Amino acid sequence: MITVPCPWCGERNSMEFRAVGESKKRPDVNTASPEEWRTYLYTKTNLADWVTETWYHRAGCRRYLAIERHTVTNVIRVSRKPAAQVRLDESRGQK
Amino acid sequence: MDKSVNINATPTSTRPGKSTAKYPTKYSAFSLIRHGITKNDWPRAWRQHELKKSYDVVIVGAGIHGLATAYYLATNYGITNVAILDKGYVGGGGSGRNTSIVRSNYLTPEGVRFYDRSVHLYQDLSADLNFNIMFSQMGHLTLAHNDSSLRTMRWRAEVNKIEGIDSEVIGPDEIKKIVPYMDTSDRTRYPILGALFHPPGGTVRHDAVNWGYARGADLRGCEIHQNTEVLSINTSGDEVTGVNTSRGLISTKIVVNCTAGWASLINAMVGLKMPLVTHPLQAAVTEPVKKFLNAVVVSGSLHVYVSQTDRGELVFGASTDPYASYSMRGSLEFTEELAGHVLELMPSISKMRVLRQWAGLCDMTPDFSPIMGFTPVKGFVVDVGWGTYGFKAGPVSGEAMAQLIATQKVPQIISTFDFARFTEGRLVGEKGAAAVGH
Repeated sequence: MITVPCPWCGERNSMEFRAVGESKKRPDVNTASPEEWRTYLYTKTNLADWVTETWYHRAGCRRYLAIERHTVTNVIRVSRKPAAQVRLDESRGQK
Repeated sequence: MDKSVNINATPTSTRPGKSTAKYPTKYSAFSLIRHGITKNDWPRAWRQHELKKSYDVVIVGAGIHGLATAYYLATNYGITNVAILDKGYVGGGGSGRNTSIVRSNYLTPEGVRFYDRSVHLYQDLSADLNFNIMFSQMGHLTLAHNDSSLRTMRWRAEVNKIEGIDSEVIGPDEIKKIVPYMDTSDRTRYPILGALFHPPGGTVRHDAVNWGYARGADLRGCEIHQNTEVLSINTSGDEVTGVNTSRGLISTKIVVNCTAGWASLINAMVGLKMPLVTHPLQAAVTEPVKKFLNAVVVSGSLHVYVSQTDRGELVFGASTDPYASYSMRGSLEFTEELAGHVLELMPSISKMRVLRQWAGLCDMTPDFSPIMGFTPVKGFVVDVGWGTYGFKAGPVSGEAMAQLIATQKVPQIISTFDFARFTEGRLVGEKGAAAVGH
């Protein structure tokens, strides 16, 4: 069993989460070519190393989080709010 | 590459062989009796070699796909200057960790034709390899617990029949006749509405397939190099020129990636990225009991498949772990969930104990079909994306990859499984027939 530290709920069993996958930047909808879209949709780095991923706490606070996990040992070293959430909080003047 | 991904090698299989002499022994009842009486050691099934400077073809991964490719290269095309490299031992990855189920009742016509060729190759494989692979065609049942899965079963049955494969939808009464221990009543949480029955489906002894192909390939002159890790692949321009291994440099014009779960790491050596995600798939086996289960039983809704080996153990498998990982550890959640689901199907086995559990790595593709063929890097050929269905496709992929390498043309049978399908939007959707976790 691995536990995932949720920035809002603390350490929780991984079964409560959905692993969304590798975090990657979504191309601009207005300018992206079909090629870029398909690369964004399908292509994966699939490293056996430290990776940055998005997870979703579906059976908990139902919020997205960003984690850094080693895919060989499943050790998680960083768990934080996703960048979009941080931007949102900042625009609302919250920390 | 991260060292901790290494599989633990077995010392017994890598002990230096006595000699590199030709094999006198053909396995037979007579040789069994002779060895029984004389108590002589059996000769090693394949030899140990020094690494040569150059090979025509270098295959990365000594699992069923790599070994079968070498075997058919030698048998069908006479190409024997072939090295099969593995950082662990023969059949130590997915080839020795699967639940050994073979079937061809897939959903797409190209998928059905492909896997059916494999079933036919498996039927003759014991004789071809002179190695008993113990193929029991006990029949294969895929259960439907809701209307939508029953609909997919009917769809699959019709596609199968058009392709000439024995496959039909049966009701709970008939299921009960085939597997009397199954709870087919309507009092369960997920009542069984019907099943797709596929009589040619069954199980094979997976180690025997690995060893048989290894012995066959070796006998014909191919070289198997265990404990030989590929560190990097050398290219000049966009052409493969050689492979740098932990035992030295090899020059070659053709490199075949047959590494299943580790495929992305080998692809990365030539700068290729593919739509592959590595997920562990767990399986478990119980203590042996008298034979009572005469079919492979699969339930998509309950995420479980179960069969009984000739030794009497029940072999369970499940869906892949829900996150990408290269870890091959078992987890308690898996056993817990599995036990619950199996008991829902067969409550009477509740007293049976699980002996051991393990995990293998699956390189999942978005459409549950493999990626086979040429790549933008000249001489770098892939046979990857085998997800949860690599074992059953072993013989046919070996045959097709051998044809592809020998003729430098893509065989018809794998033409739709090419890498370009993702950019050209021609996915071969097999999720409805290949996955249990949907």
